[in-house]
Amino acid sequence: MSHITNAIEGKQLSVNGLTHSYGGQNAIDDISFEINAGEIVALLGPSGCGKSTVLRAIAGLIQPKSGGIHLGGQDLAHVSARSRGIGMVFQNYALFPHLTVAENIAYPLACQQVPREQRRARVEEMLSLVQLKGYGNRLPRELSGGQQQRVAVARAIAGRPSLLLLDEPFGALDRALRFDLQVELLHLQKTLGITTLIVTHDQEEAQSLASRLVLMNKGHVEQIDTPMAVYDRPKTLFVNTFIGQANVLRGTISQLGAEATVIALADGATLNLPRRLSFTIGSQVTITFRPEEVRLSSEPGENRLGARLTVSVPLGPTLVHDLVLADGTNLRASEVRGPSTFIPDTGTQLFAEIDTARCHVFPVEPEVSQQS
Amino acid sequence: MKASGFPYVIPMLLLSVAFFATPLATLIGFSFIGPEGLTLNKYGRFLGDAFNYRVLMNTAKLGVQTIVTTTLLGVPIALFYWHSGKTVRQIIIFMTLIPMLTSNVVRTFAWIVILGRQGPISQTFVSLGLADSPFTLMSTELGLVLAMCQIDLPLIILPLIAILSRTPVQFAEAAQVSGAGPWRILVTVLLPMMLPGLLAGWILVFASTSASFVTQAVIGGARNVYVPQLIYREVGTLFDWPMASAIAVVLLLSTGVLLVAMTMISRHRRLVGHA
Repeated sequence: MSHITNAIEGKQLSVNGLTHSYGGQNAIDDISFEINAGEIVALLGPSGCGKSTVLRAIAGLIQPKSGGIHLGGQDLAHVSARSRGIGMVFQNYALFPHLTVAENIAYPLACQQVPREQRRARVEEMLSLVQLKGYGNRLPRELSGGQQQRVAVARAIAGRPSLLLLDEPFGALDRALRFDLQVELLHLQKTLGITTLIVTHDQEEAQSLASRLVLMNKGHVEQIDTPMAVYDRPKTLFVNTFIGQANVLRGTISQLGAEATVIALADGATLNLPRRLSFTIGSQVTITFRPEEVRLSSEPGENRLGARLTVSVPLGPTLVHDLVLADGTNLRASEVRGPSTFIPDTGTQLFAEIDTARCHVFPVEPEVSQQS
Repeated sequence: MKASGFPYVIPMLLLSVAFFATPLATLIGFSFIGPEGLTLNKYGRFLGDAFNYRVLMNTAKLGVQTIVTTTLLGVPIALFYWHSGKTVRQIIIFMTLIPMLTSNVVRTFAWIVILGRQGPISQTFVSLGLADSPFTLMSTELGLVLAMCQIDLPLIILPLIAILSRTPVQFAEAAQVSGAGPWRILVTVLLPMMLPGLLAGWILVFASTSASFVTQAVIGGARNVYVPQLIYREVGTLFDWPMASAIAVVLLLSTGVLLVAMTMISRHRRLVGHA
């Protein structure tokens, strides 16, 4: 396969201050990020956050209002979609229904005026690359969803693009199949060394595929980091609650020490954080922590909040507890389940101990002023 | 056992038998009646006559010409519909349906005004210096094709719109990203995907054109004779009803042959999936 590796040259993509609007409303606002040559990056965010708009702008399917897109140093502003040399996998694959699998894969080659003999050889190479040897004469509708997805990938890379774009490539597949195809795609991407951008709303998919995530919300970039950093050190409350699960409490900064901060919660309880936060006393804050950072105990103590157990659910190797605080706030705790793990009864009054070394504190968003 | 839906079909079945199947059978039966019992004489006489044969061919030619013009106009309109927003789509549908909601006689008489010596076409050509003196398109094949095209355009646009509204724009975008230019996208992606709609439209246009007696008679005039006028002559002037029946059956069969051919094409495995 060495000749394939040599044939594709992944290029660096940089997006600078990309802004686009539909009917006066900004769909994306000042989006900037870079993808190194051969890197695989995921554009992650809830539906409607503008991630597809970014992808379409990179592909050249829409003309952004402002901002620059450079691929391998070349400005794409005046390059049409057909001349960008980008491969794209569409959300529902968009395989041409009247063309066979081989003809679909050969389509970009025909557009590039590749000679017939060479075209046939390349189609065979692509078919074996996506493990669909012998399926060349089938029509797309005669294939399963997973096979269609692989044909779409083969068509996207057949023209040897320097950038591969994937728009929710696993969205239409069932869960079990998704993981296998993700591994396959990852392997293919590593083999080819093609620069890849995946758009998805599925955080697990993004985390398992990408070396870096670009998190988007409401048309803005919230954070660009590795999957681990995004989980462990979220920069914004949105990132914290969007990636993984998070408990959210409201409080006020009541004491600031050299190496400690005390936060008073609404119901009078306090949390002691073993570090100094850059807030002023009296600031309204939001405290977040993961379910695995909560430990249940039957005794009161420091950083322990009184809570009533609503339900305990074993989810495979973990045990998830849903709790309600005295003021009605919901709390979730999880622990690794062992053979001797004690499952408390529903309705039991317990104390939830919060690992304050690992919790995050964000300023309360001034929602009213943001609206105007 | 699954409940049979047959009882619910009975009223429609009775209606069809009484008002469609019976008259059709009578018509076909009529065409075989001769002075001494059953005969194929009428068919032989009709098809053996050079003039009749030419009229039959002219009728087919008129159908094909109308198919070509409606296709050349209908495909761009349907594609425009595909790329348009909600409001424009509604306007296109409305404009398409108007001719269908107008009486055939009214439409035909409107065309007399348009195609006439004092009509807009003639006047425009004269004022642009493209023609020396006013001319009429009445009683010409071109005028007839123009009128038929306007009347039959909805028959081709509606099936195309039905197909395109189920076709995501992603197909064109996928071709575009693959490196295809506008013409390549049209020829290799859009037209093949529209083909089932085109086939349906072509059958409708051919059937409608070859049988539109009023328009053929009024705009085609006495010089351009088509099969429906032959039937009319047998029925109203020569009172040879068996002959009229035989001609009608021939016309029906020629449309039927086209229908079968188009259906066979549309059964092709490449077209079945998205038709």
